Amino acid sequence: MENHDAYDLNDALLEARNLVGGYGKQTILQNVSLALHQGEWLSLVGANGSGKSTLLKMCSRILSPQTGTVLLDGKAIHQQPANLVARQLAILPQQQTIPSGLTVRQLVSLGRTPHQPWWQWDLDLEDRQMVETAIAQTQLIELSDRPVEQLSGGERQRAFLALTLAQDPQVLLLDEPTTFLDLHHQLELLELLKTLNQERQLSIITVLHDINLAMRYSDRLAMLKHGEIKAIGRSAEVITPENLRQVFDVDAVTIITPVGLQICLLSPSQTLVKSQQ
Amino acid sequence: MVVQKVKFNHLLRDRFLPPLVLLTAGLLITMAVSLCQGAVPLSWNELWQALWHQGESINQTIIWELRLPRIIAAMVVGAALGMSGALLQGMLRNGLADPFVLGISAGAGLVAIAMITLGIVQTLVPLGAWMGAIATAIIVYTLGYLGGGLSVERLILAGVAISSMFGAIQTTLLLLADDGRIQSALNWLIGSLNGRGWAEVNNVGPYVGMALIAGCLLARPLNLLNLGDDMASGLGTSLVRSRLAIGAVASLLAASAVSMAGLIGFVGLVVPHGVRLLVGSDYRWILPCSAIGGAWVLTLADLLSRLGTVELPVGAVTALLGSPLFIWLLYRRGQRG
Repeated sequence: MENHDAYDLNDALLEARNLVGGYGKQTILQNVSLALHQGEWLSLVGANGSGKSTLLKMCSRILSPQTGTVLLDGKAIHQQPANLVARQLAILPQQQTIPSGLTVRQLVSLGRTPHQPWWQWDLDLEDRQMVETAIAQTQLIELSDRPVEQLSGGERQRAFLALTLAQDPQVLLLDEPTTFLDLHHQLELLELLKTLNQERQLSIITVLHDINLAMRYSDRLAMLKHGEIKAIGRSAEVITPENLRQVFDVDAVTIITPVGLQICLLSPSQTLVKSQQ
Repeated sequence: MVVQKVKFNHLLRDRFLPPLVLLTAGLLITMAVSLCQGAVPLSWNELWQALWHQGESINQTIIWELRLPRIIAAMVVGAALGMSGALLQGMLRNGLADPFVLGISAGAGLVAIAMITLGIVQTLVPLGAWMGAIATAIIVYTLGYLGGGLSVERLILAGVAISSMFGAIQTTLLLLADDGRIQSALNWLIGSLNGRGWAEVNNVGPYVGMALIAGCLLARPLNLLNLGDDMASGLGTSLVRSRLAIGAVASLLAASAVSMAGLIGFVGLVVPHGVRLLVGSDYRWILPCSAIGGAWVLTLADLLSRLGTVELPVGAVTALLGSPLFIWLLYRRGQRG
């Protein structure tokens, strides 16, 4: 199996090189490299604890690797000031806390912070335009003066997505953006991301648990196992019955459907369970 | 674009200006009433004359040398406590936080009580209390930093641990002290503005003023920290650096307040909660409004403490008023949520 991203690294917008590290002294990622290109959508899939979120946090400067670098536009992000990186790269973490009483517009306005000098007290005209555009793109105009805590799960997720869009990033990282949403809102959010991906050439990395959604929406997939990249490439190359058995311990088949190649789960992999005992 | 601009300006005018005007007006009215009240009540006319250095000289002395400096001292202490409480509640994402949660009261109290009970030069007690407060805040931050990162939980736990240790030593010192000294020690512990004047205002006021301005500049990192650690760092905030700056300003404010008036409780806890009801959760408004609100509440408490035949320590008044007010605020918030 190929352990590194064989995809052309030359014109990568975001590139992770030989990342090793995790939380504190704990090592979760064992030498991970991958590249994201302009306008590309990459999805990370893998079992719980395989290092997907850790990888995303390292790529966004929330965590520092023990060794290895992350290059954004050819510059190492961990050597740059945090707010400069935040102008180009936005992350929507898995969980956010919602300050009580904050309205959607106030929340989205916070996305402009990395662009503002420290003495700037309020939004300037450009900030306001970006905020209103982000609100419009996420279809939140009617809700823009409502407190975020009063919104439904899908609306909240859109509000936080609007915040990251107000950051005006080139790269958007999303950690399980669909986890707490019902089927309709999952599709709605991913369709919205697809539009942004195509219209704004926004480069996206998502961590997704639902492999079928990952196959359907992303250009490429990376499958992680125990902190290493087990396979990376187009969905047909990565999502194979063999890989699914090895990474998720499940028996599955792939089938052609109206929305492209999808998987159908058969059973937890009995052979593997037995062989381990 | 015009429509959008109007929307933002409306927000500013409708949402934030009324509370600011309300708080400032309340503060000014309370100041005026407070200037008239006391052992020698003055009429509005006499007050007006005395303020312009006219009329009877005894009235001028009462206003300029006794009441005004004391009221300004109350405002400085109240503003410092109010903003310090708002900063710490925001940084620790905990509504129970107050200026003393990081052990500031315990450190100041220990040094002050030690100086009072051991009979060390009494004029140095404010300075000693200030240094005790700052030193304790540094110890708590160091404990919070050990083991990587400045996590909220670690800071709170370190504050609680240091507070109870210092509190125990302080109690022991009190038990061993003479009766006369216990009296003045207790007076300091509960917080009092009795006899405070221009000297205290001139010594501490400028530092508080600078810290208040610095505090207002920390509103943006506070707003981001309230979205959670990951979101805040994703938006370009350094968690460690911003928590250090917020803690430093909050500790400086609380230590200055303590060195002027002793341990006045409840102002730093209640005022930010009340302000949040008025202006919502944007710290660009919570911070300045908490400073003004704190100044108002303490001026009012000081006025009430002087109304009776015997002057009460102002700390006792804030605690007596603060507890029911706090319960009411919690009830209001429960209804809204």
